[in-house]
Amino acid sequence: MTQTLRSDAKAERIIADFPILARPTSRGKRLVYLDSAATSQKPRAVIQALVDYYEQYNANIHRGVYEIAQRATDEYEQARVKLARFIGAKTSEVIWVRNTTEAINLVAYSWGDQHITAGDAILLTELEHHSDLVPWQLLAQRTGAQLRFIPIDARGIHVLDDLDRLLDGCKLVAISHVSNTLGTIAPLETIIPRAHAAGAVVLVDGAQGAPHLPLDVKALDADFYAFSGHKMLGPTGIGCLYGKREILETMPPFLSGGDMIRKVEYTQTTFADPPRRFEAGTSNIADAIAFGVATDYLSALGMPWVREHERALTGYALERLATLGPRGLAIYGPRDPERSSGVISFNFADIHPHDLASILDTEGICVRAGHHCTMPLMEKSGWSATARASFYIYNTEADVDALCEGLEKAARVFHI
Amino acid sequence: MDDFYRDYILDHYRSPRNFGTLEQPDAAAEDVNPLCGDQIRVELKLDDGKISDVRFSGKGCAISQASTSMLLETVKGMKLTEVAQLPKDAVLENVGIGISPTRMKCAMLGLRVLKSAAIGRLADWPDEE
Repeated sequence: MTQTLRSDAKAERIIADFPILARPTSRGKRLVYLDSAATSQKPRAVIQALVDYYEQYNANIHRGVYEIAQRATDEYEQARVKLARFIGAKTSEVIWVRNTTEAINLVAYSWGDQHITAGDAILLTELEHHSDLVPWQLLAQRTGAQLRFIPIDARGIHVLDDLDRLLDGCKLVAISHVSNTLGTIAPLETIIPRAHAAGAVVLVDGAQGAPHLPLDVKALDADFYAFSGHKMLGPTGIGCLYGKREILETMPPFLSGGDMIRKVEYTQTTFADPPRRFEAGTSNIADAIAFGVATDYLSALGMPWVREHERALTGYALERLATLGPRGLAIYGPRDPERSSGVISFNFADIHPHDLASILDTEGICVRAGHHCTMPLMEKSGWSATARASFYIYNTEADVDALCEGLEKAARVFHI
Repeated sequence: MDDFYRDYILDHYRSPRNFGTLEQPDAAAEDVNPLCGDQIRVELKLDDGKISDVRFSGKGCAISQASTSMLLETVKGMKLTEVAQLPKDAVLENVGIGISPTRMKCAMLGLRVLKSAAIGRLADWPDEE
């Protein structure tokens, strides 16, 4: 509890860095933002970095010899250095993409089409976001490969009893670092070595991992790690694909065109080395630079602090929500702050989550309701929809208290 | 928005009228709200081009379920050609004020499915016509 209070004091100082959190809603309520798993809010420094680029040195990168083009190139490549440091990679292993989905598609089309053939197995889990499921379904359809799934138990935990059998004949394992629906942290330290021992390459969908957990892709030994800027204080439209250098070097381009070439003739082209081989066309320059600033902000806080703050806040929220249990509040997922990141999925009596979200909205409380882009998991679990509250660095116990008061209001409206 | 959840809405949500299925319906349609996954299926029994009986099934929020329940209470005896012309107000007059723009699709799902059953193909969203 002491930890929670300490980290709350720091969170109060952090709140002042986020302009949107100072704006009341149209009903005059304080904005209680509990949907960071969908997208995070942005600190002033990130917003300012976008403005600075467009106001001071807007120019296309690479090849421009004039001053502002040089500055744009320097800032853009410096952002790549920052991202590489943030995840523990080499700079040449960081590819700019639009988002996690594009990163996974890049691997599915480039590496996948090159390596996966009929009869190969691709191992996923039952809780994958559609972005780490649909690209592999399409790859399996193109190649005749087979999809397998690591089971998820009733508490949202990975069941590894049959892992060796599942890995037999498996060429690729694609697995979420953290579940966006349940918050479950995947046991990557167990799965990755065993996948490698079985001869499989491992892609980690880090959309909910990189924003919330200390990350060292080399220690993790992931072959690919995909994540988005907008879930970790950065802008939309920019994300990263990390890939081991020796793997990236063997991969053909995904998209082709300008910027990704070494030499072009009328009928053939030789391609640039990674990472630029995978960055066709003018990049999302301002957003990449601002993403770099977002990692500065997170690094200054320290990712161990981020994890600890969310762990403490999740523990507090689970305690508070449990008091509504006798009135029909059901929580899904691990219900254990040690095994989950700051995501809590729940339902309240017979109130449909969309109605719940609408009533909470009248109090300025933002939660998500629906299938959270994990329709197979919802179907398997027998939930048609859930409400989801998710936490980040700017959330405090006061936000959890507001959520609980909002749920009390919903209970009154629905006569529960 | 919280004003929307009046007692009669909650009554239709918890005890929907004409809920269930028909044996050998003459027309039927179903659809989901892609935004939230709400599902509605409507089945019709016809007599001389008019609706003689109706049932709906599905799952979803209070807005989609209550809107459909209230709408279907008004359609018995209606010609299919009339059903095909029903405007969005056919729902909004029942549920009253207070539907926020983000929830409009929930309110319109039942009407869309009813009109789809009447015309034999997926109807346009009534709020987009």
